[in-house]
Amino acid sequence: MVFYGYKRPDGRVGVRNHVLVLPASVCASDTTAKIADQVEGAVSFHNQNGCSQVPADEAWTMEVLSGYAANPNVYGTLVVSLGCENCQMDYVVREIRKKTNKPLRQIIIQEVGGTPNAVELGVRYARELVAEAAKVQREPFPLSELILGTECGGSDPTSGLAANPLIGEVCDRLVDAGGTAVLSETTEFIGAEHILARRAANPKVRERLLFIIRRYEEALARVGEEVRNGNPSPGNKAGGITTLEEKSLGCIHKGGHRTIQAVYDYGKPMSDKGLIIMDTPGNDAASMAGMAAGGAQVIIFSSGRGTPSGHPLVPVIKITGNRETWKKMSPNTDLDASPVIYGPETMQEMTDRLFALLMETVNGKQTKAEALGFVETSIARVSNYA
Amino acid sequence: MQKCLFRLTIQQIKGNNMRNAIVISSTDNVAVVVEPVRRGEPIIWIGPDHRELSITAATDIPIYHKCALRDIAPGEKIIKYGEHIGEAGAPIRAGEHVHTHNVVSIREELV
Repeated sequence: MVFYGYKRPDGRVGVRNHVLVLPASVCASDTTAKIADQVEGAVSFHNQNGCSQVPADEAWTMEVLSGYAANPNVYGTLVVSLGCENCQMDYVVREIRKKTNKPLRQIIIQEVGGTPNAVELGVRYARELVAEAAKVQREPFPLSELILGTECGGSDPTSGLAANPLIGEVCDRLVDAGGTAVLSETTEFIGAEHILARRAANPKVRERLLFIIRRYEEALARVGEEVRNGNPSPGNKAGGITTLEEKSLGCIHKGGHRTIQAVYDYGKPMSDKGLIIMDTPGNDAASMAGMAAGGAQVIIFSSGRGTPSGHPLVPVIKITGNRETWKKMSPNTDLDASPVIYGPETMQEMTDRLFALLMETVNGKQTKAEALGFVETSIARVSNYA
Repeated sequence: MQKCLFRLTIQQIKGNNMRNAIVISSTDNVAVVVEPVRRGEPIIWIGPDHRELSITAATDIPIYHKCALRDIAPGEKIIKYGEHIGEAGAPIRAGEHVHTHNVVSIREELV
């Protein structure tokens, strides 16, 4: 089996052919939005960060900014900075260049004479990049070039019963075909860490996995928060969840059942094949940002309640196991997974359907979030702004 | 006195199935009901080979809550997703509601 993607000069393969107008900081974000609005084929997003951040947060911001530019769904990037922010243009460009040799243009707002000039120049640069991008044709590639991210949000009891196990089956199928599936959301591993640890490929992966969970709990403890107490919540219990292990198992099922080959820090470029883990927060937008920065070209997202979430660069396929949610939220949802619970299709048949939708999507079919033009994203943080 | 009120029946699916429960992994000893079930009503799910399996509810079971598929002795593992989610804290009969009143959470030693 093959998919049809865009070959990049750095050797990776995209499933979209975007031109990214990248705001280096919050101060450049309005300007990049105005540029991208005027250029068909260009995309931008609101970067809340990029300045006044503690070093650990700045590192994450830089990882995501450079990772977005390197994401294989991006043909080339126009970086727009204000000029005086912490994430300086030369710093952003250096980080991008560590990850990719794709086309890159730059505009510094304070140097070109403010927003009107930056927009005029930015529109010209972005149009040139889009014209070049249009010359790249889709070609067939093996599934080993695909990195599939998984996400769940707006969960309800059907998430752990239907949607997450279904995504897990699709992950298994992709991994067996040589591809990569990413399990994310470290918050949700807590309580099931012993189960994940048993599935680690080797002691190093096992140690790393337990380390990221410990680190997460310690970070929460520093601000006086604790995950295990009061979890599962009274609402979870009323919904039928008895123990934290059970709740976490419902979440981690979306990664499937294969051996865990590697554990990546937030936003780091992912290169291992098979099932891998990325250390991301439970916040959907920030978790998806980490996986997209790491090179995921597509994400499958399970939602019990339904969610509009998308991503500026990566198609996000949303599924629900709740048939009432499907009725209400189908304008925002790509697949009804409730037959896993109620029939008539079997899990096997539903796996075929979701896998087929995954293939159609990577080959170019728009997701609901893409059709709506949704580009919101967010970058994880450990601290308040400095 | 406990009589065996619960019988596991196996039959092929006929036409529209009436499933009201789901068993996630074939090794699980609990099912999850996807409709509210009253004591004495059948709990029906699709097992391996598309077979319809059923058991009679020994207690009322709220929607999305768990039901024991067989008798579970105190200290025995409760298996869902093919993994254990805790241990029986009391004897649990087949068909009985499985929840916080008869399950205890165990944190496994990792070292």
